[in-house]
Amino acid sequence: MTDVAADRRLGKRPARDITAWDRLKVNRNWLGAWYMVPAAAFLLLFLAYPLLLGVWLSFTDTRIGQAGEFVGLENYEWLWEDSVFWMSVFNTLLYTGVASIIKFAVGLYLALLLNRHMPFKAIIRAVVLIPFIVPTVLSAIAFWWLYDSQFSIISWTLRQLGLIAANINFLGDVWNARWSTIFANIWRGVPFVAITLLAGLQTISPSLYEAATIDGARSWQMFRHVTFPLLTPIIAVVMTFSVLFTFTDFQLIWVLTRGGPVNATHLMATLSYQRAILGGYLGEGAAIATAMIPFLLAAIMISWFGLQRRKWQQGGSDG
Amino acid sequence: MSMFTRRNLLQGGTAVAAAGIVAGSGLTRWAEAWAQDAAWKPEAGAELTLLRWKRFVQSEEDSFMQLVAAFTKASGVKLTVVNESLDDVQPKASVAANIGSGPDLFWGLYSLPHLFPAKCTDVTDVANYLGKKYGGWVPSAQVYGRSGGKWIAIPVAYNGNVMNYRIAAMQKAGFKEFPKTTDAFLEYVKSTNKNKTPGGMALGHASGDGNAWVHWCLWAFGGNLVDAKDKVIIDSPETAKSLEYAKQLYDNFIPGTAAWNDAFNNKAFLAGEISWTNNGVSIYAAAKADKKQDIVDDMDHALWPIGPVGKPTEFHVAYPLIAMKYSKYPLACKSFMVFMLEAQNYDKWLIDSVGYLTHPLNAYDKNPVWTSDKKLTVCRDVAKRTLTAGHLGSVGEKAASALADFIVLDMFASYVSGRETVKGSIKIAERQAQRLYRSRA
Repeated sequence: MTDVAADRRLGKRPARDITAWDRLKVNRNWLGAWYMVPAAAFLLLFLAYPLLLGVWLSFTDTRIGQAGEFVGLENYEWLWEDSVFWMSVFNTLLYTGVASIIKFAVGLYLALLLNRHMPFKAIIRAVVLIPFIVPTVLSAIAFWWLYDSQFSIISWTLRQLGLIAANINFLGDVWNARWSTIFANIWRGVPFVAITLLAGLQTISPSLYEAATIDGARSWQMFRHVTFPLLTPIIAVVMTFSVLFTFTDFQLIWVLTRGGPVNATHLMATLSYQRAILGGYLGEGAAIATAMIPFLLAAIMISWFGLQRRKWQQGGSDG
Repeated sequence: MSMFTRRNLLQGGTAVAAAGIVAGSGLTRWAEAWAQDAAWKPEAGAELTLLRWKRFVQSEEDSFMQLVAAFTKASGVKLTVVNESLDDVQPKASVAANIGSGPDLFWGLYSLPHLFPAKCTDVTDVANYLGKKYGGWVPSAQVYGRSGGKWIAIPVAYNGNVMNYRIAAMQKAGFKEFPKTTDAFLEYVKSTNKNKTPGGMALGHASGDGNAWVHWCLWAFGGNLVDAKDKVIIDSPETAKSLEYAKQLYDNFIPGTAAWNDAFNNKAFLAGEISWTNNGVSIYAAAKADKKQDIVDDMDHALWPIGPVGKPTEFHVAYPLIAMKYSKYPLACKSFMVFMLEAQNYDKWLIDSVGYLTHPLNAYDKNPVWTSDKKLTVCRDVAKRTLTAGHLGSVGEKAASALADFIVLDMFASYVSGRETVKGSIKIAERQAQRLYRSRA
C-alpha cells in the first residue's frame, strides 16, 4: 500500500501492459466502427429485430393472446393451396405493376412540363403536390364517395349527360374494383414521382442542352441522349420507393373495399392484416407478410442493378 | 333527503324503474346508497380505463357517460372511457391480452372473450348475482359469457339486426305485413323489384350487416360451417339450397350490393333508393334525427323470415364486457359491471338507446322502450332469438376468425355475383374453414 501511495505522490502511474482493449479504444481504424454503433443498434432494434421476429412467427402457430409453437412450414403449406392467398398475390402484382408504370409515365411527363419556364411556376408546383399531402385516409374516403354505387358523382354526371343508363358499379364488380383502386393509387402517387424527378431534372446542367442544340439535336434526341441518361440514378431511387410504397399499400384498399368484392382487391398486406389481427392467426398473417419479402427484394434488385449499372457513371463507356 | 333512505332506495331498485325515478339527482343518490351496500367494494384508489366500441346512437353514449359519472361519484373510482371503431376493439383487446397491459375493461363483439379466455377475470359471482336478480340470462348470453363452466364476460347488450322496410312499398307489392317465411320473402323481394322499389343487403366485406344476412340464409336452410365437434361440414345439399335461394334474392336486389359495406344500406335507405334492407334500428333513429318525417312514418321493422328449418335463424351482434385479469382493480371492474346492469342505470340506458340495444336479462322485457314505440318492439326479442357465432360449433377464436375472414360471406358473394358455381364457391369456403379449424378433409 505504501508503495502505491508513494507512486501517486510522485505522479507515477502503476505500470501495466497495454491491452488489446486499450488499443481498440484509440485505434483510428476502429474509430469509425465505434461511431457506427448507435446507428447499427438502432437498425438492429427497430428494423432487423421486427423483421426476424415476423419471419420467426411465420413458422409458428402463434395466435393473438397466446404463444405459439414451432410448426415448420405448415403455414406456408396451407397458403400454397389457398386460392385467396394466390389471388392476393396476383392482385398485388397487378396493382403494383400497373400503378407503378403509369405513375412513372405521368410523373415524368409532369416533371418535364414543370421544368419549363411558365407563369406561376411555384404555385403550380405546390398544387401538384396536394394529392401527396392529403392524408391517405382522407383521400381514400373522398374516392369512396366518388365510387359509391348509389351516390357516385361520376355516375350521376354521366347519367345526366345521357351517356349511361344505370350507375357504374365501381367497387362491386371485380375488374371495376381493381381498376378503381389502381386509379386512386395513381392519383395519390404521381406527385411524389413528379416532384422528385423534377428535382433530378434541375440538377442537369443547361450547358449540356446548349451543346446538344449546337450539335443540332431535336427535342426527342435531347431527351433520349441527355435528359434520360442523367436522370437514371434518380429514376432508380424514385421507382424503387414507388414500387415499395405501392406493393405495401394498405390504407386505400382498406377504406375503399376491405379487400372485397369476393377478395378481388385483397393485397397481400390487407390479407395479412385481416388474418393476423382481425382473425387472430398471427402466424399465418406473418407468413403472408414474409411471402412479400422475395417480391420486394426482386423489385429492389431490378431497380438497382438494372438502372444503376451504367459504366459511364464511373467514367467508362456505356456498353 | 329524508325521503330516501339507503334501504328503501335499494328496495325500490329491484323493481323495473320508470324513467322519471332514475333521472337527475335521483340517480346519484341511489348510486351513493348502492355503493355503500354493494357486495363488490372497489379497491382503495382504484382507477379504471374502459375501451368500448364507438356509439352508433348519440343518446346512448350520452346516457352511458352519465352512468359512468354516477359510478365515479358514488364509488370514488375514476373511470376513463376510450371509444374505438367496432372493428378496432378486437385487435386492441387481443394485443392488450397478449402483452398483459392496457385498459382494464374491454367492451367488444360476440366472441371477444373467447379469443383469450385465460386472460379474462372470472366474473361468475357477478353473473350469478345479476341473473338471479333480473330473471335469468337468455341462452345465447350464457354461450357468449361462459367458458369452461365459469363466466368470463358479462354480455351487456345485443344489437338487433332486423329487417327495415318501407310500408307503402310493401303494400304496393301486395303484402299486408312483412313476410314471415323465406318463400314469402322471395316473392316480396321479386315484387318490390318489379315495382321499381327494390331493396338490398350488403355483400361486400361488411362485418355487421353482411355477416348477419348470409348466416341467416345459410342456417335457415339447414346449412352449417361446422358441426358440434368443429368439423367442417359446409359442403352439404343444404348449403347449396341456401346459395340458390340467395341468388334469387340477389337477382332482385338494387345493383351494387357486392360493394356495400356496413354504411351503404343506411345511406341508400335514407335517400329513398331502397325500400328494404337489413340493419339495426339506427336508420330509423337517423331518420328521426334528420327530421325525415316521411321516412319515419312510412318505415317499420320486422324479424327475419323463417326458413325450411322451421325456427328462427337470426344472427344478432352481442356486446360482451370483459374485465382483464391483468387489471390491478378486479373488484372495481366487477363493481362497475354490476352497477351498469342494475335496473336504476340499465333501464334508463336502454331507453336512451332507443331500441338499438337489447337486454340479455329477462326482467328487462318490461322496459318501456319496447312498448313506447311499437316500431321498436321487435327488437325486444332479438337476444332470445339469436344464434351464436359458430352456431353448432364452439363460439371461440375459430368462429371469430371465420367471421373476420368473411368465409361464409365470400361464399355467398362469389356464387350470387356469378364468379363461381355453387360447387366452386362451397369448395373455396370449405378450404378456408379447414385452414382455420385445422381439419383436412
